Amino acid sequence: MAYRVIGTSAARADAWEKVRGRPIYAGDVAMPGMLHGRIVRSPYASARIARIDTRAARALPGVAAVLTAQDVPRNELRMELPGRMAEATAGAVLATQPVLAADRVNFQGEPVAAIAAETEEIAAEAADLVEVEYEELPGVYDPLVALEPGAPEVHEGGNVLRRWHLRAGDVTEGFRRAAVVVEHTYRTPFVDHVYLETETGLGWIDAEGVLTLRVSTQVLEHFRDVAEILQLPHGRVRLEGAYLGGGFGGKEDVTVECLLGLLVWKTRRPVRLVFSREESFIGHGKRHPYVMRYRTGATREGALTALEAELISDSGAYAALSPWVLFYSLVTATGPYRVPHVKVDATTVYTNNPVASAYRCFGSIQTCLAYEGQMDALAAALGMDPLALREKNFLRKGDTLATGQVMETEPMIAQTMRQAWAGLGERRAPGGPIRVGRAVAASFTPYGRMCWTRDSASAWVGMELDGTAVVRCAAPDVGGGQTASLCAITAEVLGLDTDRVVAVGRDSHFTPRAGTTTATRQLLMSGNAVLAAAREVRRHLVAEAAALLEAAPGDIELADGRAFVRGAPDRAVPMAGVVRAATANGRPVQALEKYDAPWAPTIDPVTGQGKAFNDYTFGSHALEVEIDEETGRTRVSRLVACFDAGLVINRASAEGQLEGGAVQGLGYALMEEIALENGVSRNPHLLDYKVPTSLDAPAIETILIESGHGLGPFGAKGLGEPAMTPSIAAVANAVSNAVGARMTELPITAERVLAALRSTT
Amino acid sequence: MTLTFVLNGHPCTAEAPAHWTVLDLLRDGLSLTGTKDGCGEGVCGTCTVLADGRPIRACLVLAAHVRGRALVTVEGLETDGRLDPLQTAFAERGAAQCGFCTPGMLLAAKALLTEDPAPTAQEVREALSGNLCRCTGYAKIVEAVLAAAPGRS
Ligand code: FES
Ligand code: FES
Repeated sequence: MAYRVIGTSAARADAWEKVRGRPIYAGDVAMPGMLHGRIVRSPYASARIARIDTRAARALPGVAAVLTAQDVPRNELRMELPGRMAEATAGAVLATQPVLAADRVNFQGEPVAAIAAETEEIAAEAADLVEVEYEELPGVYDPLVALEPGAPEVHEGGNVLRRWHLRAGDVTEGFRRAAVVVEHTYRTPFVDHVYLETETGLGWIDAEGVLTLRVSTQVLEHFRDVAEILQLPHGRVRLEGAYLGGGFGGKEDVTVECLLGLLVWKTRRPVRLVFSREESFIGHGKRHPYVMRYRTGATREGALTALEAELISDSGAYAALSPWVLFYSLVTATGPYRVPHVKVDATTVYTNNPVASAYRCFGSIQTCLAYEGQMDALAAALGMDPLALREKNFLRKGDTLATGQVMETEPMIAQTMRQAWAGLGERRAPGGPIRVGRAVAASFTPYGRMCWTRDSASAWVGMELDGTAVVRCAAPDVGGGQTASLCAITAEVLGLDTDRVVAVGRDSHFTPRAGTTTATRQLLMSGNAVLAAAREVRRHLVAEAAALLEAAPGDIELADGRAFVRGAPDRAVPMAGVVRAATANGRPVQALEKYDAPWAPTIDPVTGQGKAFNDYTFGSHALEVEIDEETGRTRVSRLVACFDAGLVINRASAEGQLEGGAVQGLGYALMEEIALENGVSRNPHLLDYKVPTSLDAPAIETILIESGHGLGPFGAKGLGEPAMTPSIAAVANAVSNAVGARMTELPITAERVLAALRSTT
Repeated sequence: MTLTFVLNGHPCTAEAPAHWTVLDLLRDGLSLTGTKDGCGEGVCGTCTVLADGRPIRACLVLAAHVRGRALVTVEGLETDGRLDPLQTAFAERGAAQCGFCTPGMLLAAKALLTEDPAPTAQEVREALSGNLCRCTGYAKIVEAVLAAAPGRS
């Protein structure tokens, strides 16, 4: 089918605002009489709070409030997702974080007091005047140590937060059938999202007495969390979504919302709260470090027979989203392969390290490092071409995942791998001290929530009398073009140019609820809701146009801002005419629709069997690295990313996801790590926590396959998280290829490369 | 203190406390919030503006520095309602995703193209290496700057 808007690279409406520097972010707006917020945080990772004295801070002129735990009506940040989650968390030790720590702190950066003052300077001075007496307590900083008997307990009930298990076939039998078995342990560090905009919000009380927060958040539904901690009816707290300066999962958990709401509610004045870069480093959830012990077996011909894995993730001080991140790891542990005998045990563990939670890929990137490392290791052990080995084992339509889920459409994984590899071109000749390595990594990543959550999204589409359309949908835009895609879908269905469609809102109360911009779910969820609403509006417009043009509705087409009779383009009415006629005749020109994701029961908690996710996005990276033997420095010289997008909504946005995801992954693979010493960060600044610059990023080629197999609008799949998944495995495999030893630990620093080079000579 | 300078082509007089940085002056004093504060410690480049044509980090430089100088911020790139070719190229080529790095990127690129109207891709990468972007992987940013380079078409 030919589309007019869908699939083009049309410039997004938000981009025109962004290049003008217009104030579209949460931190750009000030209010008259506004106070400035400031948070006092624990410098210790594990300590008892013996005493807090706020008198001196409160006495400082210009200070409006100094709040501590006792000022929070319900001092507990619950991580409750709507839907059927309770049965899936049965048995877990879910430690919820307080808004403000009362008598003990469990990680460095935990908020202890919240201040509001007339100026930022006064707020900072007041923060220095808050006296907190800490008594350091023994802490635990390594998840493996935390699992040992006698380890200090971070929370009552033990340090095991949650275990998941996956069982398929008989793994002992599987290894008996294997001619070769490879075994490696992979390790990944804590890393930070480093969105350029730190956590930010402005709050006030509106004319109806509703606590209103304009916040940089991926989750407008956090209005409920704010209402709960203040013990207000949910309807009395409203969240207004601003455009985000990046999210990547780091603005999925509550960040400023509750602290800000508390300060506004207590002072009855507008308050702005902006986290400094250092606070952003120590104050929000990180990506979980993993230790992954993998054994994989295959026949002499390269058919996988068995996979056994033990995954341990460091949840840090509180539960946050750790059980679900770990669940994604469980489901993706085998990779996009047919493995008849599987045994995976996964555990997430409390420590006094930073809280770990959502970060792009949500547990499915760490496992990719391991399963793709294993594939290259197996290929080497078998003397097989690594691509041929993968191809032999890739999931095909009708195959089952280890969870028992059947692949209902053809996973295009082989195509993505072959095309990515072909895109790499000829191997560069090594020269002087430069070694060249190249590799592929194939991956699969869920898009959309776990089936049992009963996910849904709503959207409203309506026509104006001038023939333009309005979309109302509370889907936060993190920068990926979520809003523009909803407009493009509407424009396509209604035969309008994109500049004749506007999306307003992203507001918890004023726009229909669309759920979170997380889990690569918005195109699937809000996209389908908008598609349904636009189609319903279209049905009315077509009926009206048919009456006006004296034609059958089946013969009416909408395009270029008008309705006309197919085959007789002169028999036409402009859209404005259709809308006016419909209004005059009492025909509706708007629609509110809801999309419900297909549902399946909770997976079996003992065996991991069941349908975990509705669908997956498949994609591969091929890349080439150059390694300086003398310095150990690795440079990615070329990268090709190939994904099955299902269908591309906006080409530039889709390519942008692939490019951005790849480079974020290169940082994770080669340079990023939160350096912790007994839970305390040694590098909470951009000077010491390096992310890739324009000089680190390679030339990138992107290839988008359009199978039409997705569950999203017009057959689209999600790309946001999947775009990053194969990155770290591809780098690790390419470096391994260059040095002749398996790289199993991130980041792959110069020291690690030199050590690997020494080990092979 | 009172500061007199040229802001986006217009004479400007502003009051600023002595401890303010150029970033404070722009965002808080003059409500020009296009210039972003991504770190406040001189590393990310989101606060980049031009002072007498040269890029400066507004979060590090004290406001007093602007006295008598010509300052250009993202709000001043547009002339008579016409966008700078860099702005058009960024929007049309998908170089602005979340857009938070965009103002600083545009000004760093503007300084480059003023000095060298026909840079190579590598020169663009070098000129932008002090401006972090976490969304785009830099690919479309480099492409947009090359497309807007007057000496390259
Ligand atoms: S805000 Fe100035 S360099 Fe980051
Ligand atoms: S577009 Fe988001 S940081 Fe550059």
